[in-house]
Amino acid sequence: MSILVNKNTKVLCQGFTGKQGTFHSEQALAYGTKMVGGVTPGKGGMSHLGLPVFNTMRDAVRTTGATASVIYVPPAFAADSILEACDAGIDLIICITEGIPVLDMLNVKAALKANGTKLIGPNCPGVITPDECKIGIMPGSIHMRGKVGIVSRSGTLTYEAVHQTTALNLGQSTCVGIGGDPIKGLNFIECLQMFEADSETEAIIMVGEIGGSDEEAAAEYIKSHVTKPVAAYIAGQTAPAGKRMGHAGAIISGGSGKAVDKIRALELAGAVVASSPAGLGEAVLAAINSKNA
Amino acid sequence: MNLHEYQAKTLLQKYGIPVPRGQVVTVAKDTAAATTEITSDAWVVKAQIHAGGRGKAGGVKLVKSTSEAQAVVSELLGKTLVTYQNAPDGQLVNQVLIEETLPIARELYLSMLVDRTLEHVVIIASSAGGMDIEEIAQTSPEKILEEVCDPLNGVVDFQARNLAFKLDLVGDQISAFTKILKGLYRLFKENDLALLEINPLVVTAEGKLFALDCKMSIDDNALYRQKALAEQRDWSQEDSKEAVAHHAGLNYIALNGNIGCMVNGAGLAMATMDLIKLHGGTPANFLDVGGGATAETVTKAFKIILADNNVKAILVNIFGGIMRCDIIAEGIITAVKDVGMQIPVIVRLEGTNVDLGKQMLQTSGLNIISANGLTDAALQAVNAVRSDASKNGAVAA
Repeated sequence: MSILVNKNTKVLCQGFTGKQGTFHSEQALAYGTKMVGGVTPGKGGMSHLGLPVFNTMRDAVRTTGATASVIYVPPAFAADSILEACDAGIDLIICITEGIPVLDMLNVKAALKANGTKLIGPNCPGVITPDECKIGIMPGSIHMRGKVGIVSRSGTLTYEAVHQTTALNLGQSTCVGIGGDPIKGLNFIECLQMFEADSETEAIIMVGEIGGSDEEAAAEYIKSHVTKPVAAYIAGQTAPAGKRMGHAGAIISGGSGKAVDKIRALELAGAVVASSPAGLGEAVLAAINSKNA
Repeated sequence: MNLHEYQAKTLLQKYGIPVPRGQVVTVAKDTAAATTEITSDAWVVKAQIHAGGRGKAGGVKLVKSTSEAQAVVSELLGKTLVTYQNAPDGQLVNQVLIEETLPIARELYLSMLVDRTLEHVVIIASSAGGMDIEEIAQTSPEKILEEVCDPLNGVVDFQARNLAFKLDLVGDQISAFTKILKGLYRLFKENDLALLEINPLVVTAEGKLFALDCKMSIDDNALYRQKALAEQRDWSQEDSKEAVAHHAGLNYIALNGNIGCMVNGAGLAMATMDLIKLHGGTPANFLDVGGGATAETVTKAFKIILADNNVKAILVNIFGGIMRCDIIAEGIITAVKDVGMQIPVIVRLEGTNVDLGKQMLQTSGLNIISANGLTDAALQAVNAVRSDASKNGAVAA
């Protein structure tokens, strides 16, 4: 098992014929992802990378039976793309695009909620179930199928967690990059819930960062609902208050969103919190060992 | 992006929200024209900077004559005003706002923001105006009122009444307050605001409502469609290195340490700063070069890092991802040569073709140290800075 995506997941790409869409679809196909086509308005009827191109998501979904869609369109058009995928009945939307206006995301979230559609991102690397399905911009080669579920607000820190769990021969069940924006789709809690229910996942790594209170909420959830070992890392202990650290959501404002509060909450919830990003692998091993003891 | 008070008030007026009559002055000689135009017994002269705490820092002054106004304007213009929010550097005053005085009966607090937990626009109000909202939250949390705006309906009249009655507004004030809230919501949405704060919203002796002070921030992600607002950005209020980096398309934030950082990915960039601290060093900056890390972006990044004279070593931390490490190594080598690097550069690479990348760095003949992993990279950077300090110490002795 795994969560969210597997070898049978049929995937469409929005912004398919663009530079990003083309490059990452090629990578996904090479990895073995079941890509079934894509959408670029005005280019319907064409063939691209050996797959059909459609003008609209409705056509694409009706013809291919896809249940997932990945979005590589510029920020000004990304909210429209998410809403189009939602309207077409896609179950899981993965939006890689960085820079979507916050107010657009508020409207998008209301529509997603009304339809019960899942969104990963935006401003994220995507989701991967090793050896089965890679949707997004992560390097496939560093992954190894295994037992650690990874959920992270940061792309490159997800790769660190993957790299270290691969090196320790633990491997990953599924890795979800939930993205660095303040208003986003799936959050820690939904992913923790799915990992807890997934038989293949034996331990969880969660990577957070400054800004907001999602890690504190996740800590509360871990305390009452998660029986599996959890390791965590929080980036931004040295970040100054009031400054946006690259990610739109990574900002300490009005004294809230500090790394130290998140770390304390997670430790109180029983998670093993790594003090260094180099210690994620060891932290998850320690979490597994302490649960087994 | 933040607006100045005077810019925010121009927007408020456009949306029908009452503000005191006022004029912006950028040269002292225009003061008399302003005080003549704004008939009033007395005026308030307010320094325009992107920081709170102006009053206590001497940036807001009451004047009773034109000559007094001229003296204050002359004093403030061109001054670097240091408040508790922008200390120690302070910010330059390029404009002052001269406003009429109003007979104030009560001071209220009103703000609108995107609540990231509720995922809605939220209105926050309080009868304890004039204080920071954080201060109100600490001293009298029961005085903080909230209304959540539904994206379909925006601010509905009943929500405005809910707040108005709790704020002890009476009579015509209730409809005036409702009109203000609806105008603010329209302003918020149409201008892609991230935060709008009116503190205080005053009730005058005659029972009228006015926005006495106002802060607005615009969502940076929306600036592409808010061109008129983007043009109002005052770069003099931001760190000069950060401004240069912004124009070069780089995500850079200046810090106080001496180890420059160049990293791909915002999360890893923060983690690298933390790692330096963990091993006894201090990071000089946050810098995310993004996924590309080409010779061109790396060169730009090095130049910005080196503009900070405190920097004694640079730590480059790149997780290659889909981009191959040998290509990244080539970019770093080219950039080190291009900028004529005088200080050690410690490089940690990971990803595809990492061994080839490391080998290229090691045999480059340049002042590049190829590190083995994250921890080693941080330790090498901290050591490089320490040995530099001891060398300088020896010279001084």
